[in-house]
Amino acid sequence: MSLSSENLLLEVKDLSIQFGGLKAVDSLNFSVQKGQLKGLIGPNGAGKTTVFNMLTGVYQPSRGEICFRGQIINRLKPHERCRRGMARTFQNIRLFRELTVLDNVLLGSHQKLTYGIFDSLFFTKKFHTEQKQNLDKALHLLNLFDLANKSELRAAGLPYGQQRKLEIVRALAGEPRLLLLDEPAAGMNHSETDQLMTLIGRVRKEFDLTILLIEHDMKLVMGICEDILVLDHGVKLEEGDSQKVRTSAKVIEAYLGIENEH
Amino acid sequence: MRSKIRAPLLALLIVNVLVMLLGFFTDAYVQLNILFIVVNVLMALSLNLVNGFTGQFSLGHAGFMAVGAYTAVFFVTKIYFAPGLLGLFLIGIYSIAGGLLAALAGYLVGLPSLRLRGDYLAIVTLGFGEIIRVVLLNMEFLGGPRGIAGIPPIPSIQIGSFEISSFYVAFFYASSWAVVCFFSLWRLCYSQYGLSFLGVREDEIAAEAMGVPTTKVKVRAFVLSSFFAGVAGSLMAHFTSYISPASFSFLLSVNAVIMVVLGGMGSLTGSILAAAIITVLPEALRPLQEITGVDLRMVIYALALVLIMIIRPTGLFGDREWPEIWRSWKTTRNLKKQTAAQKQSQSARSSS
Ligand SMILES: Nc1ncnc2c1ncn2[C@@H]1O[C@H](COP(=O)(O)OP(=O)(O)OP(=O)(O)O)[C@@H](O)[C@H]1O
Ligand SMILES: [Mg+2]
Repeated sequence: MSLSSENLLLEVKDLSIQFGGLKAVDSLNFSVQKGQLKGLIGPNGAGKTTVFNMLTGVYQPSRGEICFRGQIINRLKPHERCRRGMARTFQNIRLFRELTVLDNVLLGSHQKLTYGIFDSLFFTKKFHTEQKQNLDKALHLLNLFDLANKSELRAAGLPYGQQRKLEIVRALAGEPRLLLLDEPAAGMNHSETDQLMTLIGRVRKEFDLTILLIEHDMKLVMGICEDILVLDHGVKLEEGDSQKVRTSAKVIEAYLGIENEH
Repeated sequence: MRSKIRAPLLALLIVNVLVMLLGFFTDAYVQLNILFIVVNVLMALSLNLVNGFTGQFSLGHAGFMAVGAYTAVFFVTKIYFAPGLLGLFLIGIYSIAGGLLAALAGYLVGLPSLRLRGDYLAIVTLGFGEIIRVVLLNMEFLGGPRGIAGIPPIPSIQIGSFEISSFYVAFFYASSWAVVCFFSLWRLCYSQYGLSFLGVREDEIAAEAMGVPTTKVKVRAFVLSSFFAGVAGSLMAHFTSYISPASFSFLLSVNAVIMVVLGGMGSLTGSILAAAIITVLPEALRPLQEITGVDLRMVIYALALVLIMIIRPTGLFGDREWPEIWRSWKTTRNLKKQTAAQKQSQSARSSS
């Protein structure tokens, strides 16, 4: 693999975190290249979501370094990381439930606002143009994800699959460089999952995105990800293309050989 | 990003005119209560920004009102005051000063405490309110526990040979503040900028992940809310002509919370309605006392509140505004009419 440092979007070194006595993630190293779609897989409790939480600043790692777009971001608050171009979805959907679908998306692009309290009080021109721009963008995104006709509904009223989609739209609204998707297809049926994955592929092209994708379903990840990172009990088992991961003895053992442990 | 402001603003203006006319036919007692409604509207609106829109439970609103009231009164009684138009102007300046000082207090209290959530925040703000009260009790130059009496009322204004009475000037002055507050909060809360308040209320972790600086947003809400609370306090001082630390007890904060909850957390028009109801209800029940001989007012008042909250658990308006509620009323009514008409035509057809 040719790793040129200017193409590096995210680099994680020696990332570790402990919850009490549990080493949820232990000395993890990996990097994500610009434009890559990278899969992060592993059995239940492997520490995948915890990695996301450390990347986005929800958890503070007990050791290690997170380098995003050439800067160490360990000390930044979650909203500051978001402003630098990191957006995420949540495994246990976290929409703004009582707000409308449209408002959810608009909140996603809230970080882009440059007007302040005074502009919104005194109807300045800046206020109007920005508000209009963001509205158009939000509607475009909703259209893309087939949610435009639901824009005035409360988010809590959407069916489960659409809530997941809305989370992606909300994350996209901020025009991120790096999109972190935590099991976006969880709870969807087969054809819904397929649709979603094609959509993600399309969005990735349109917005020139880099994506880190957590997914339970190994087959699915193998299908779309160029590069896969396998995690188990907080440590990296394997990293590489699907061929390499598929044939790795360690990975096979982690996924299939659970009963062998006893 | 929802309702248009025109309709409720227009309604507010109409109500103002009506109240002015009403004031014409009534005595000083009713007039005073009308003024109290406006003060309470200001109080409820400002608290709604924090408790309703931003979802932070503050129980210290009376503290901020006290800061505003005492500041304004200090200026009026100790620095300079004049009758007539100049007096009104000065009162305006002093109210703003009171508001600003209250806002500063809001900033100082909010910055450390807004990292806390829910019950913890409630307790801290409650503590703050009590501290203010105790500090005032011990400030001899502000009257200590005796308070300050003889605060000049809003002056009447002479235009040529025509005199606008104190009540009208006071009402005009107070309701201008209410309109300013209503307008600013509306503009703010229903712009994309203001969505950040709602985002914090709905899910802090998600809001933070979407780039909303949640602590800052909370402090902002707190500061703005405290400003208008301070102004409300200054108005109250002029209308009652006497303030003491006891005027700003914990009960006043609770009253403000009741108004917000009753009107609906996150509904400005709801807060206005609730403030009016809560001010008028105890007074309206007064004649009952004369008939029955015992003071049942508070019992009935409490029962009424309980009843309303049972029937409408999210408050009168929920988190919607009056134009929306009105529209959905109309559509359901129309739907009912339509289905009724359909049924009729069906039965007519089947019978023929
Ligand atoms: N806040 C926390 N406090 C204590 N333990 C935690 C916390 N968050 C995660 N853990 C533990 O860390 C381990 C990794 O959890 P994590 O949620 O990252 O797994 P995951 O790979 O996302 O699993 P899944 O596929 O089920 O989503 C689990 O054992 C979990 O119980
Ligand atoms: Mg997980």
